[in-house]
Amino acid sequence: MPSLSYTSRRELEQHSFPPAVTLLVPVAAIVLQVLISKLSWRLGIVDLPLIVAIFFAVSRRSPVAGTLTGMAIGLLQDALTAQPIGVNGMAKSVIGYIAASIGVQVDVENITTRALMNFGFSLLNSLLLFLINKRLLGLQDYHVLWLHELIRACVNTVIALPVFMLLDHTKRAD
Amino acid sequence: MESFFTRYKNVLVLVAVLLAQTISLAVQVKRPVEAGAPDGSSVTLLRHWVVATVTPFESFFHGIGHSVRWGWSNYFDLRNTRQQNRELQGEIARLRLEQAALAEDAIQGHRLQALLGFQEHYVATTVAAQVIGGSGSDTSRVLYIDKGSNDGLKPDQAVITPDGIVGKLRDVFPRTSQVLLINDQASGAGVLLETTRIRGILRGSLAGQIQINNLTPDSRIKPGEQVLTSGGDQVFPRGLKVGTIESIAPDPEHQPYTLIKVKASANLFQLEEVLVITGTQAELPGEAQKDLKLAKMTAEQQAAAKAAAEEAAAEEAARTTAAQVVADKLPSLNDGKDANAAAAKTPAGTAPSTAVPKPLPTLHPDRYTPGATPPASTLTPGGVSPAPARVVPEQEPSAESKVKPQAANPDN
Repeated sequence: MPSLSYTSRRELEQHSFPPAVTLLVPVAAIVLQVLISKLSWRLGIVDLPLIVAIFFAVSRRSPVAGTLTGMAIGLLQDALTAQPIGVNGMAKSVIGYIAASIGVQVDVENITTRALMNFGFSLLNSLLLFLINKRLLGLQDYHVLWLHELIRACVNTVIALPVFMLLDHTKRAD
Repeated sequence: MESFFTRYKNVLVLVAVLLAQTISLAVQVKRPVEAGAPDGSSVTLLRHWVVATVTPFESFFHGIGHSVRWGWSNYFDLRNTRQQNRELQGEIARLRLEQAALAEDAIQGHRLQALLGFQEHYVATTVAAQVIGGSGSDTSRVLYIDKGSNDGLKPDQAVITPDGIVGKLRDVFPRTSQVLLINDQASGAGVLLETTRIRGILRGSLAGQIQINNLTPDSRIKPGEQVLTSGGDQVFPRGLKVGTIESIAPDPEHQPYTLIKVKASANLFQLEEVLVITGTQAELPGEAQKDLKLAKMTAEQQAAAKAAAEEAAAEEAARTTAAQVVADKLPSLNDGKDANAAAAKTPAGTAPSTAVPKPLPTLHPDRYTPGATPPASTLTPGGVSPAPARVVPEQEPSAESKVKPQAANPDN
């Protein structure tokens, strides 16, 4: 009886994306993020680039690809802010790596898993941004309102589920 | 046997990526010493690529939204326009009068400034720009506008609205510019409290509020006080509106300073159009000088009209001569009956102010009392003059006049 090993599971469920999707979806996420936050400053709580970074990482199931995708999306996000370039890049690199590593071991097609994953990664993103700003950049006035971050995680989770379902259609099985 | 690099490929890639970005951060943080300063050339290049990729989409969607709003507001939503027009004309007339009242003070102020050698900076030229996008992050408060270096914009130029200051230009690209809002945590501005004239430094916070946190407790600082730019930061010209003080509380993190929260005059969360100050000058701009002249003329016209009214009143008063005034106030021969009749008509407690009061009737007449001496024709030589007749008062004495003699002569 064949056993389902670590390697075989990864190879069975690995997905790839057309280059146009790989390139355009992150850019579209960032443009959409800018547009919705311009509609109302309250919508700035949504983090579409983070959702897209998690999706690509867990779908590809390759930590290297997840790290590089997260870094690219984070750097694009940083370039539009007044912050030094690399703050979001570092945070999303770590998230991409962990998301891809988790994607190898758990069933990421399940809605409950997706919800828990997005909630957890949203909180982790806030924690990483806090650590980078406070410890690495030495911004003593940088504070995190954890209730606000919990709300952000909930909102991102709610937004992520339909976005994941939409992006599932762009997957290409290897 | 797997080599070390193959086995730990994933972790090594992650470490390499993080290390590269950490070095990049260190370089960026080291280079611009001042918070909110423009980036170095290499960073600007990366930002330029991303901005050049993203802003066309932003401009496109902004253009669609703008066209829809313009069509709605200029064709469909024109109800009550006449009423608004009338109200605005009334307001203009009222403001002209207010302006006239202040014109003299303004002219005097300018004269004194010139005498003291103050170098005032007035806004001379501005460039109007539309907001096309933002950072997309609620931790970095920046905007993108549709004007750049091609329109004469440069980093560190002030961005305002008619309501108050908005921020300053951080990075300027050929066709777009990045505006760092005053409520970003990297932002700062020199401010002045309007009534107390205390100077402070305004800073943004992570929550998007603006606050002053470099002042020690002062009982003169009260909520509701206006905050203006002081001009000390060399970015914002002096005297522009910043906001009003919302609350004052001890700053728990920076004792003994206070945390003064300021409500921004401009709506920083919903900006559509802004003005970039591209030039200042020592003298008032031409339009302002015209307004001041107009206000001065209005003030002179008002003063002339007032003087004419006063002159007319003086002429009216001159017609009634001094003799007439005295005659009106002195009692006439017939005043007795008239005054009594008037007194009867006058309600109790009120007295006519112009009539001279008639003396009270004498209670104890003697030979010196007017009217007590008989006429000479009735007198006979060597005769004894009769006792003076008691004058019967024509009017009942008042309660006061009855009491006084009793008090004066207790034997009666």
